[in-house]
Amino acid sequence: MKLDTNTINKIAKLARISLSEEEANDLLKDMNSILDWVEQLNEVNTESVEPLANISSSTLPQRKDEAKDINSSDEVLKNSPDKLEGYFAVPKVVE
Amino acid sequence: MSNLLKGNKYEWEIVIGLEIHAQVKSNSKLFSNSSTAFGSKPNSQVSLVDAAMPGMLPVINSYCVEQAIKTGIGLNAEINNYSVFDRKNYFYADLPQGYQISQYKFPIVGEGKVSIDFKDGSSKDIRIVRLHLEQDAGKSLHDQNPTKTYVDLNRSGVALMEIVSEPDIRSAEEAGLYISKIRSILMYLDTCDGNMQEGSLRADVNISVRRPGEEYGTRCEIKNLNSIKFIKQAINYEAKRQIEILEEGGIIEQNTLLFNTNSGKTRPMRSKEEAHDYRYFPDPDLLPLEIDQKVIDKLVKSIPELPDERKRKYVEEYNLSNYDASVLTADKSVSDFFDRVINSDNLLKDSAKIVVNWITSELFSLLKENNIEIAHSPISPEHLGRMVKLIKEDIISGKIAKDVLIEMFESKAGPEIIIEKKGLRQLTNTNEIENIVDEVLQENKKMVEQYLSGKDKLLGFFVGQSMKKSKGKANPKILNDILKIKLSKKN
Repeated sequence: MKLDTNTINKIAKLARISLSEEEANDLLKDMNSILDWVEQLNEVNTESVEPLANISSSTLPQRKDEAKDINSSDEVLKNSPDKLEGYFAVPKVVE
Repeated sequence: MSNLLKGNKYEWEIVIGLEIHAQVKSNSKLFSNSSTAFGSKPNSQVSLVDAAMPGMLPVINSYCVEQAIKTGIGLNAEINNYSVFDRKNYFYADLPQGYQISQYKFPIVGEGKVSIDFKDGSSKDIRIVRLHLEQDAGKSLHDQNPTKTYVDLNRSGVALMEIVSEPDIRSAEEAGLYISKIRSILMYLDTCDGNMQEGSLRADVNISVRRPGEEYGTRCEIKNLNSIKFIKQAINYEAKRQIEILEEGGIIEQNTLLFNTNSGKTRPMRSKEEAHDYRYFPDPDLLPLEIDQKVIDKLVKSIPELPDERKRKYVEEYNLSNYDASVLTADKSVSDFFDRVINSDNLLKDSAKIVVNWITSELFSLLKENNIEIAHSPISPEHLGRMVKLIKEDIISGKIAKDVLIEMFESKAGPEIIIEKKGLRQLTNTNEIENIVDEVLQENKKMVEQYLSGKDKLLGFFVGQSMKKSKGKANPKILNDILKIKLSKKN
């Protein structure tokens, strides 16, 4: 599998990263070589092997349905560059 | 019943599939222990997990898993012993993680079906594709400030069950019946509070049109509708819009739409154009969810009587029509009330239809006028049951009973007390009724002559006059019989 600059730019846009043309070209080279490297795994025949989701034998830990009263507003808003009456204020998202 | 919609040139069939988002009725969120209480101070229920602070890890709420399984059982669906949580990636201000934890390839619940009932007594199955668990996003307020959007993350991370239907729905009416049915099942199971106003239950509607027999047309998705009325309005508007475009030779663009509840129109959403590429992949923070069959079997046993079972009982044991039974069972509290009336006296089982009529006409309108839920009805089920018995036993007439019911509603008293106090007991004494009839015939000699010369319709007049004289208390059947005998004797 080979990527082209269009794909790189699309991925960058989806990730909200702005790239210069030069950066895109560098990344294209890097990502293609990463893909080549990973592609070596295709040499192994895995036809009858179930995909592996978990290398430990543990199962998904679960918790009880207990709510903690955290009154988090101050703490959670602490890093926010802009806020109003307990809300995060962000640049307008038009709907 | 034809569901076809007439355009200017052709007849069209609407094809609809629904994605219903039902909030799990739980104390804490799906992957964190913050509270789910509605209406709290903005951002007061946001743990560091919900705010997606670096290094925080999700831990699943076992209760939410059980509620999803119970709902799956209620939807007659397969429960999957193995399911996987995936990340659905997109950027939006009310989604701090930059992805929603959802289920994609391996949902917790697979195929099922529910049945909807029409007024004419027929019913139809709507197939369910799947139910999966996912996180809700936060809430954005767009209209408070010209340049800012305000974000409240209290809802962020709350557990949702997304219930996806096959495109088996063919009209706005069917869509309304389907969502009502799902809501009713959820409320019987107590897995979702069903409160559409607070957004605990909302739906995305996928809609396309086609000429009968043709392939499915291109569909549009109307997002986030939170009332049955709006769902129906949006469907009818959008179907007409699509038909107009197609009849003028245009093509439908696949689009995500918003419904404006003020104008009643749909319009394309502007902000999520790039969002269709969600790049799902298994969430590396969460192991697959494996459910022991024993857990499922135990939950199967915990399922309460559901609307369809109650409906069957009403039809088979109480001889109610399919439609009456579905009206009663749609709302659990109505069905509970009815059950209590019937169970208050063994003799009422044969009068179930009369009980239904009193509940769905007189009682409903009194409750509606006074804005009271049936669960808090001032007329208790036992009192209503006794009133129906008094009608059956000819102690009061149905007409008088309406006034008695209003008194019962206002005073919370039992029917007997009101009847005695106001002297409303029905007149069944033939002598007394005969006297009244004699008086009426005496006072209206001209009418009697006219009647005897062939004006049969005047019988109603004599009945009315006699009834008036008895202050509405005469037993109508006895009164009728006496009148007919007396009049025939005059001939």
